[in-house]
Amino acid sequence: MKKLNVSILQFPGTNCDYDTVYAFSRLGHNTSIVWHKEESLPENTELVVVPGGFSYGDYLRCGAIARFSPIMKVLREYAENGGMVLGICNGFQILTEAGLLPGALKRNDKLHFISRHQHLKVVSCKNAFLNRFKEGDIINIPIAHHDGNYYVDEETLSDMEQNAQILLRYCDEDGKEMNVNGSVRHIAGICNREKNVYGLMPHPERAMESILGSSDGERMLEGFRYE
Amino acid sequence: MRAIVNIYLKDGVLDPQGKAVHHALDSLGFSGVQSVRVGKQIVIELKAADRESAMRELEEMSEALLANTVIEDYNIEIEE
Repeated sequence: MKKLNVSILQFPGTNCDYDTVYAFSRLGHNTSIVWHKEESLPENTELVVVPGGFSYGDYLRCGAIARFSPIMKVLREYAENGGMVLGICNGFQILTEAGLLPGALKRNDKLHFISRHQHLKVVSCKNAFLNRFKEGDIINIPIAHHDGNYYVDEETLSDMEQNAQILLRYCDEDGKEMNVNGSVRHIAGICNREKNVYGLMPHPERAMESILGSSDGERMLEGFRYE
Repeated sequence: MRAIVNIYLKDGVLDPQGKAVHHALDSLGFSGVQSVRVGKQIVIELKAADRESAMRELEEMSEALLANTVIEDYNIEIEE
């Protein structure tokens, strides 16, 4: 089985870094944690994960300060050269703040912090991330966020839909789309036009074992190996 | 000099906090409230040669960091 070198970024306030290490190690990959002050990524990095948490205490806006850390300059170059990047939760927020993904994440529409298992519908799977799924698959992955209310203007949204950049939508267990946090068209995850930068609010690294409620995260993170 | 940067969600971008405050005001009996927007105010003390260069710098700050122009608008007031 192909082993990947996965670099996991760590900012002050990141708290899903070790869960992410656990998840990728469990899949047999090599992982290293990269402190945000670093000015380079480990050589041979094949996937960069920006994990969840509360970088810089979510001050100003979620991800707004982390975006200016030295490692982000490196990450931008890495992504622009086609490198694979995955942002989970706060990592997704950081990637939108950095302009590596379109749109922005606002406060949840009911203002609550939502932490629970959530069903998701796979919308597009012809990409490095969700290639282990079929379109329309319903999966179960936990969410835990206060600012997951995805917004993007109509014009960009319709471009994204045409380019198969919408990856996941919130739904109920029967696959009926549902409003969870106010996101436009119930969007839970997206990618960029070039399909090498991925972002989602749900936490696949918390769904690695059925004893903890779901192992759908395992199947999800497994995808990168087959790219 | 002292500058105040006011940041609000753009018109047309639903403001969940504004909506909640509006509901709360309604339930307190303030029936005339038409709409509520909740924003941020950032107060900056800065040194600049003149008002114009201060304004230029504050605009740069707002575009780069203080506001996320995908969802937010900002305005800048400079106090002498």
